[in-house]
Amino acid sequence: MAGRRLQRGILLIIPTFLAGCEGRHNWLASAGAEAQRVEELFWVLLIGAVLIWSLVIGAAVYAHRRQVDPSLETQARRFILWGGAVFPTVVVGALLVWGLVILRDITADEGDLTVRVDGERWWWRVIYETPEGDVITANEIRLPVDRTALFRLTADDVIHSFWVPALGGKMDMIPGRETTLALTPIETGNWGGLCAEYCGGAHALMRFDAIVMEQEAFDTWLATQAAPAQIADDDPGLEIFQTEGCGACHTIRGTDAQGPVGPDLTHLAAREKLGAGIYEMTPETMARWITDTHAMKPDIDMPPYPDLQGDRLDRLVAFLLSLD
Amino acid sequence: MTDEIDLSRLPPPEPYDEARDTAQRKRLMDAWREPPGWKIISAVNNSHIGKWYLLTSFGFFVFAGILALMIRAQLAVPGNDLFSQQLYNQLFTLHGTAMMFLFAVPIFEAVAILILPEILGARDLPFPRLSAFGFWCFVIGGIFVCGSIFFGVAPDGGWFMYAPLSSDPAYSGLGTDIWLLGLSFIEVSSIAAAVELIVGVLKSRPPGMRLNLMPLYCWYVLVVAGMILFAFPPLIAGDLLLEMERAFGWAFFDPDRGGDPLLWQHLFWIFGHPEVYIVFLPSIALIATMLPTFAGRPMVGHSWIVLSAVGVAFLSFGLWVHHMFTTGLPEISLSFFSAASEAVAVPTGIQIFCFIATMLVSKVRPSVPMLFAGGALAIFVFGGLTGVMVALVPFDWQAHDSYFVVAHLHYTLIGGMLFPLFAGIYYWYPFVTQKTFSARAGRWSFWLMFGGFNVAFLPMHWTGIMGMPRRVWTYDLSDGWAVLNMVSTIGAFVFAAGFAVLALNVLWPRGKAPLVKRNLWNAGTMEWAAEVPDKPWGVRSIPYIHTRYPLWEQDGLIGEIDRGEWFLPDAEEGKRELIVTDILDARPLFVQRVGGPSFLTLGAAFCLGAVFILATFHLWTITLIFGAGFVGFTLWWLWTGTSRIPDTPEKYAGRGLTLPTYAQGNRSPGWWAVFITMTGDMTAFMGLVFSYFFYWTALPDFLPSAAHLPGLGWLMLGLALLIGAWAMTTAARETLGHGRRGLSMALLIGALPVGALGIGAWCWSAYSKGLDPTVQSFDAMVWMLILWMGLHLLLNWVMHLYVAARVKFGHCTPEYRADLMNLTLFSHFLALTAVTIFALLALFPLLMGVGP
Repeated sequence: MAGRRLQRGILLIIPTFLAGCEGRHNWLASAGAEAQRVEELFWVLLIGAVLIWSLVIGAAVYAHRRQVDPSLETQARRFILWGGAVFPTVVVGALLVWGLVILRDITADEGDLTVRVDGERWWWRVIYETPEGDVITANEIRLPVDRTALFRLTADDVIHSFWVPALGGKMDMIPGRETTLALTPIETGNWGGLCAEYCGGAHALMRFDAIVMEQEAFDTWLATQAAPAQIADDDPGLEIFQTEGCGACHTIRGTDAQGPVGPDLTHLAAREKLGAGIYEMTPETMARWITDTHAMKPDIDMPPYPDLQGDRLDRLVAFLLSLD
Repeated sequence: MTDEIDLSRLPPPEPYDEARDTAQRKRLMDAWREPPGWKIISAVNNSHIGKWYLLTSFGFFVFAGILALMIRAQLAVPGNDLFSQQLYNQLFTLHGTAMMFLFAVPIFEAVAILILPEILGARDLPFPRLSAFGFWCFVIGGIFVCGSIFFGVAPDGGWFMYAPLSSDPAYSGLGTDIWLLGLSFIEVSSIAAAVELIVGVLKSRPPGMRLNLMPLYCWYVLVVAGMILFAFPPLIAGDLLLEMERAFGWAFFDPDRGGDPLLWQHLFWIFGHPEVYIVFLPSIALIATMLPTFAGRPMVGHSWIVLSAVGVAFLSFGLWVHHMFTTGLPEISLSFFSAASEAVAVPTGIQIFCFIATMLVSKVRPSVPMLFAGGALAIFVFGGLTGVMVALVPFDWQAHDSYFVVAHLHYTLIGGMLFPLFAGIYYWYPFVTQKTFSARAGRWSFWLMFGGFNVAFLPMHWTGIMGMPRRVWTYDLSDGWAVLNMVSTIGAFVFAAGFAVLALNVLWPRGKAPLVKRNLWNAGTMEWAAEVPDKPWGVRSIPYIHTRYPLWEQDGLIGEIDRGEWFLPDAEEGKRELIVTDILDARPLFVQRVGGPSFLTLGAAFCLGAVFILATFHLWTITLIFGAGFVGFTLWWLWTGTSRIPDTPEKYAGRGLTLPTYAQGNRSPGWWAVFITMTGDMTAFMGLVFSYFFYWTALPDFLPSAAHLPGLGWLMLGLALLIGAWAMTTAARETLGHGRRGLSMALLIGALPVGALGIGAWCWSAYSKGLDPTVQSFDAMVWMLILWMGLHLLLNWVMHLYVAARVKFGHCTPEYRADLMNLTLFSHFLALTAVTIFALLALFPLLMGVGP
């Protein structure tokens, strides 16, 4: 680990202007085993690249500065052969083998748990496969630390790409296909997830939180997610939810709201963010999300409800924030 | 025969006679004079078309550059609302599209059209009117695509236009159609330029310039034009599939109907990766041409460079999948394409080391072009090294679609393409304008751009590592990307300031400044033999070349050329004349007369442009009218301008050399143009064949049951008829050769209904079995192949009628029948296409055991 600390040190020294950056999307945060393997590769590549660049440019500067000596012609040809042909062949050959070894190491056919993620415009449908059946949620992925999660990735409309840089590489989500990605988190924390493939419209606002937890906390969370929502029958918020038609698109398990189109809201308030990983979950953002949706996330399918104001809005917001 | 003339032992020139020289110069001037006033737009000479092409490409560069600055302005601070999401998506799509299709590729064509004939010591390219046609197509298409942003309907699907975002009209609007049709139109002009340049390099070399004596620049042009020929057509095939799905609902990319979105990615990147080298190699060619000049000696490792360029071209077609490393392909594919991508480092390394080795054995004179070349080296090597990184699959899984890749590609393209190009702009500025630029401003422009570039793009590697994905219009302060982005934005504006200095330096009017001296840089290549002030004919007399650097190694050559001591020093008939030589040894074959100024090419380009633009809006009736206009202008152009039967069969070219004035078959450039064009056409067809097999490998149930296959009997009948039509065309060539004009015409006309029945039988084979292209990918593929055949047959009919008319009116005779020979060549390719389609539709299902 001392080596890693040293690397972190270099990381801070090279671009000093980076001071203060949070880095929850940082590849080199290496909060996952897969990201860590790529980080090893990265440092070797970086140091090698700096050396080779200096040598090549140094050679060019030297060649420019020195006195003319036509007798060097034979050496010049040898220089082309060794520097231009043999050296790169050996270097890229070695790197290729190393890269493929790492590739084999970071791919897996099965994991300790399986999570299906379906890319939608512009949010994530998340389904945990458990022995008791599927547990459906959205826009937030929680993972137990030191366990390999196998992601089975699909897309419903256009191509998206699933990426949690701090944990590992990305994988595209392609309509009509299923791709897989293995991630093994090794550090707890809330890491950022993003859509990496341009998917039109609000691509920039298609995010999620990838929260790595201890196993026990994860188990508790998953059990809560599996349960239906706890709502009093006469909750006035639910009545507003239904009369405004929200249930046509959204599901709240345990109620009549069974809409399959939008994100599942059964445990909405248990998520840290709103709008697919882009806003803090507060009463203010929630109220604005409902009334002025497209200012917060342009082009999305959810219609804004500008007429929903005052008391009714407050009650609806309170209801939604009670879904934990 | 001319073949037996020993070029190194020609009779001595006639003694100099000033009166004769003056008279010859006047006649040459009359033949090559450009139209006055506004009619200059009908000019076709390579020096005019080249200059316009260059300025137009740079116009689009400035446009795309402004879009880039808008992008940087938007990203300068987090949460910025300067531009909307919708506009931003259009900005980056159009930035990439315009830079790649309207600047990077056309600028290669522009520079090549401008300097290639001069480097070859030729008067012009073999098809000047084709160059003009291509240029006007480029202008119209480019304005159409770029102009869309002013109406808010610019394409917004990314420059790569991935399906289904692009294929499903629910997700993408008119912008995608504009992109598809506008660019298909521009691809036509690129392929036209490629044909022109390949034939130019192969057939327009001066007598004696064997392939191994050809300047490096010409090698690169040959390689790159060849790459265009094989890289662009698969994209045209892809465009066709995509537009058929968008406009008529054919099922190619929709997974619910047996389509596959990945097919588009394959077709796009089979084009897209060679494209990168199509952009890069011509700029390396510029350095390979400039460096010997400033080093004052030939390039070290000439053959190594040629082989490396060919090697890069070859490899570039085998690594497209590295753009698709994250699409979940099997490990074996990933390994293969990773290895191929890494392998490119070797030939690229060789070229760079040849340059350094040349510097090692010489003293390079400092100059503005060399300053840019040095900057190019520093930037490009860095971009190459990050390229080695992203070619490793695990690394790419992190870097892909992040700002790391944005940084990488700008390092390779700006270092590998733009800086060498700027070096070339300064180097050839005196050649084009006959004036000198300000070296001081030149150095300012370099340091501003070099500094600005690195400030903009070096931090971007880090932005990518910090996890910023590409193509996002906004980000949050908490993402931690704000400082890096602000730095990049500042760098981008400094870079833009540097370019402004360059543009001012180049465009500054220098009317009263003295003319430069001839061969200002003391270069060894032929373009610097041009007279000062320059003359429209390019070269006073076409010399015998037997060295790689003629101006260094052939003493007194400029004087000999000027005094008209070499070939074709005169234009007695008032025609524009070139010498066509053979491919390997550059033995003179014949004197080719090329067309002068013409509005026909303009009319043809205008009508074709209208066809593509109107098709975008589905205005089919007017589209058809303009389509007919295009055919009309083209036929008129061909009728009046090509395969003219000469007044005399031979002509004295000077120095004891008498050459024919007409050629047909594979001696004529026209035949080669047809051959090369049809090679490109077959490549597009191969894109469709690839698609067919791609579906077959990707979808287990692609081939339907026997009951839903096109009828075998009808397919066989159709093939027999199509082959019959082909045989009639071939027979027409033979019978005309034997002097039987009537029979030949009868065969030409008779081939039309036979071919029509053939394609009709094929349509029936699919229609009778209820194949519906909007239902299943197999059905769509079958109809696509039949449609492909039908469109080619339609073209073939027009050509048959044209040639029959040529025979009728005595322009195509038993002795002079180039038109018919070219038509036959076209028909050979058509027969090959028919046989391949038959194999796909009839034999392949049988082979797979699903036939009747």
